[in-house]
Amino acid sequence: MSFLEYRLKFAPTGFAKVLYVNWSLYLLIFACATIGWLMLYSISGGNMQQWAEPQMKRFGVGMVLSLAVCFTPIWFWRSMSAAAYILTFALLVVVHFFGDVGMGAQRWIDLGFIRLQPSEFMKVSLIMMLATYYDWLEDRKVSRLGWVLVPVMLIMAPAILVLMEPNLGTTLMLVVAGASVMFAAGVSLWYFGAVLGLIGAGITGVFLLRGTSWQLLHDYQYKRIDTFLDPSVDPLGAGYNILQAKIALGSGGMGGKGFMQGTQSRLNFLPEKHTDFIFTTLGEEFGFVGEISLLMVYSAILIFLFWAAMQNKDRFSSLLLIGIAVNFFLYLAVNLSMVMGMAPVVGVPLPFVSYGGSATLVLLLAFGLVQSAIVHRLR
Amino acid sequence: MRRPVRDTEDSARRINRRALFMGGCMTATIAVLAGRMRYLGIEQSDTFALLAEQNRVNIQLLPPARGLILDRNGKLIAGNEQNYRVVITREGAGDVDLVLNRLSHLIPLTQADLTRVLKDVSRNAPFVPIPVADRLSWEEFSRISVNAPALPGVTPDVGLSRLYPRDTDFAHVVGYVGPVSEKDLEAIETPDPLLHIPKFQIGKIGVEKWQEDVLRGSAGNRKIEVNHVGRIMRELERTEGNSGADLTLTLDADVQNFLQVRLGDEAAACIVMDAQNGDIIAAVSAPSFNPNLFVRGISNTNYSALMENDHRPLANKVVQGAYPPGSTFKVVTALAALADAQIDADTKVYCPGYLDFGGRKFHCWKAGGHGKVNLARALAESCDVFFYDVAQKVGIDKIAEMGKTMGLGQRHDLPMSAITEGIMPDKAWKQQRYQQDWRIGDTINASIGQGYVLASPLQLAVMTARVATGRRVVPRLVKAVNGAEVPVDEALPLGLESAHLGSVRAGMMGVVNDQHGTSFAARITNDAMRMAGKSGTSQVRNISAAERETGVVNNVDLPWKDRDHALFVAYAPADAPRYAVAVVVEHGGGGSSVAAPIARDALLRVMTGALPDPADYPENQRARISTMLKELRLRRPDGSQPPEIKA
Repeated sequence: MSFLEYRLKFAPTGFAKVLYVNWSLYLLIFACATIGWLMLYSISGGNMQQWAEPQMKRFGVGMVLSLAVCFTPIWFWRSMSAAAYILTFALLVVVHFFGDVGMGAQRWIDLGFIRLQPSEFMKVSLIMMLATYYDWLEDRKVSRLGWVLVPVMLIMAPAILVLMEPNLGTTLMLVVAGASVMFAAGVSLWYFGAVLGLIGAGITGVFLLRGTSWQLLHDYQYKRIDTFLDPSVDPLGAGYNILQAKIALGSGGMGGKGFMQGTQSRLNFLPEKHTDFIFTTLGEEFGFVGEISLLMVYSAILIFLFWAAMQNKDRFSSLLLIGIAVNFFLYLAVNLSMVMGMAPVVGVPLPFVSYGGSATLVLLLAFGLVQSAIVHRLR
Repeated sequence: MRRPVRDTEDSARRINRRALFMGGCMTATIAVLAGRMRYLGIEQSDTFALLAEQNRVNIQLLPPARGLILDRNGKLIAGNEQNYRVVITREGAGDVDLVLNRLSHLIPLTQADLTRVLKDVSRNAPFVPIPVADRLSWEEFSRISVNAPALPGVTPDVGLSRLYPRDTDFAHVVGYVGPVSEKDLEAIETPDPLLHIPKFQIGKIGVEKWQEDVLRGSAGNRKIEVNHVGRIMRELERTEGNSGADLTLTLDADVQNFLQVRLGDEAAACIVMDAQNGDIIAAVSAPSFNPNLFVRGISNTNYSALMENDHRPLANKVVQGAYPPGSTFKVVTALAALADAQIDADTKVYCPGYLDFGGRKFHCWKAGGHGKVNLARALAESCDVFFYDVAQKVGIDKIAEMGKTMGLGQRHDLPMSAITEGIMPDKAWKQQRYQQDWRIGDTINASIGQGYVLASPLQLAVMTARVATGRRVVPRLVKAVNGAEVPVDEALPLGLESAHLGSVRAGMMGVVNDQHGTSFAARITNDAMRMAGKSGTSQVRNISAAERETGVVNNVDLPWKDRDHALFVAYAPADAPRYAVAVVVEHGGGGSSVAAPIARDALLRVMTGALPDPADYPENQRARISTMLKELRLRRPDGSQPPEIKA
């Protein structure tokens, strides 16, 4: 648990660390955030104060925290992971019993000056916890049933609490990201095969039990699945979001209508246009070119993450980086497929672009950990 | 703790292998996403560009103005008033809770209002305006306008809403409108899109309901271009809807008001018909209620007060009240007997005060009996035994047939709610209804309009009009639609011998104008306007033998619910019948003493076209009548209510 455990030939100290930070990665993140600010400015009809400015401030604060995390040695964070996990879990419990109810779900803790969404923080805490666990666990025990059940519990406990909020999107992200860390750590493929089989059976169950008193999801969740499967049945009701989003994206064409020229989002045809559906404005105003550019920036970030993970000889760092990469990927993949009508609407923001405090903060902290792992890797 | 190098490198290699696999999966997903972007943005671009264009053009429904309802002289019965209201849109408000909260400091909003608005807001698309409050005063309305910057998404708005200027006078006939309910929507197969506009009002009962198609009109729409903040830039196209057609009813608002006031707080009904063409001049049911309360959303207290009132103010007694017609029915029995040649005008029957039939005594109302009576006297003095006697000779089936010829036992098709069919019983009817054979006793009861026979005031008025004219007069309520007169077919003759009708009319003449007639006190002394009629006092309880011994209990000593119904049917002028009238006063007592004077007032009012002249009343009544007429609180010519006179 100390510095000495790491057989370092060399570790940068003091201001020298600045040289070892992967600034390209931060630059890419900054590029995403800039796209977000432009979109928020455009959606508000040229109003800085409404969304763009608060979002820039949050990014600034998040960036400072990210750098603070970055310059702190990665082994310190490893030693903190159990504490972080327990604390976040406790917050989830608090939210479950005392949280504010907003938009039909219990997700927030209102501290007065900031509204925290503990489920967002759990996305990082869980990955840290699992990476620490597999770093500690002897390699030959990884696939033994008892040692597999421990991380499963670590994943399921917060996942169930989040599911009860109810927040299906975050639940799925917690489970998939957690499972990815287990997969990367080398848990036998048989376990994954079995779980996938069970999930298949589960999905069948969800649909078979629908309409009975045993039904597993909320009516509104079923409805979202329905409208996802056929949005045209109810163009002014629940299918409205998806249809309008597709219209916005499609009408952008190749080059888009130009900055501040979008009609769809500006005319308020679009719901959640500054949060989960912000991508539609990008599509409308910058067209296919704009969309693909953002996707390429995201891909570049992912490549950096995987590259750093594979280069890193430290097991904790590698697993942490992979976990964060998967998490980041899930954000963008779920959001994009939802906005483009390929998945049900589950309320996942577009990373660094969507308006919102918790997600941006959590992502910046996660990338702080990434940078810390890069700066303090074994050399 | 320090791990062996090999272990670490081994596991690192495995991590890398699996990381590469995951990276591959991600690459594939990203490729799919990129493909989807290409599909939407390039391949399907034209389709979506078109849809986006349509989106920029908003279509709004313009609710049509509801047609007016006028009386026969063009006086307004139901109109539309400007209604200041506020609407809210979800997209404009953003935080609907917050905006509503602010709004509730400016205008009074109940918790129920807030819940309803929140429900409507969440149910509708974000741009649909949801009404928050209406019928705001000018101050409230301007308070909201002044505070507009703090109330995003809230729009003050002026709409039309229904107003019944003569509130209680036409509540039963015309009914009222109210917001479309789920039940209303379910009843219609393909609802007019208008019905989906929140708080859109449709007719709920009465003429408003049954002439809904005529009154509603069709929706217009306007296409508007909206700019990027949603502000309306210009109107591209406006298709005006057609406002609903104006309905002119056959009713006379002033006669209606006169009778409404005349009936006062009695549980009573009065209908005046034009006996020549069937026009209903007035159809009054008392007590009444104020339909404007329903349009504005009636409070629970008011509603339960109406529901619990034993005088049933909500019921339209003219068409939905089914009463035993009592002696007024003798007109039918007489016509049936004449048609069946069982009697003629001179046939005499001896009335000892009762008819003994198979050991059972059927009593005449006059304990000592009438002695020998012919038809004219039997009608004038309302001898029961005469009709008992002839009825058993004629038989119920022929009486029922005559009743139906006269318009009883059938539903007259008028645009009013809950029109009763009444009951005109015959043998088949009893068999079907009770699986019992018809007894002679039933015929005897029916002959004087008791027993199974039930008729509404409307049916009695039709009967009277048919007797008076000898024609199959059909009642009607709608005189003109949008100024175009509704043609009325000339009524066909009933096919009865005029001598028979003459005998019955002579009897009815005697009822009012013969010294011994039951309703002599209610005569009209002006020869040009003399009234003929028939009284009826129908029992709502059985009089026991013991009670007969000790003398029948006087009506006024009975609880209200047990008192007799007072009925009177009449027409005038007797020589050239123009108007027919039927009056029922529930538990009012004697038909001659209670109902006949009302019928007389009604006929005089409609014949003179003004307040009745006391000179047309018998001399000894003039002073009393004059005071009574002066005390009636009638509407002023403009329809407004005069100030309350303090006692």
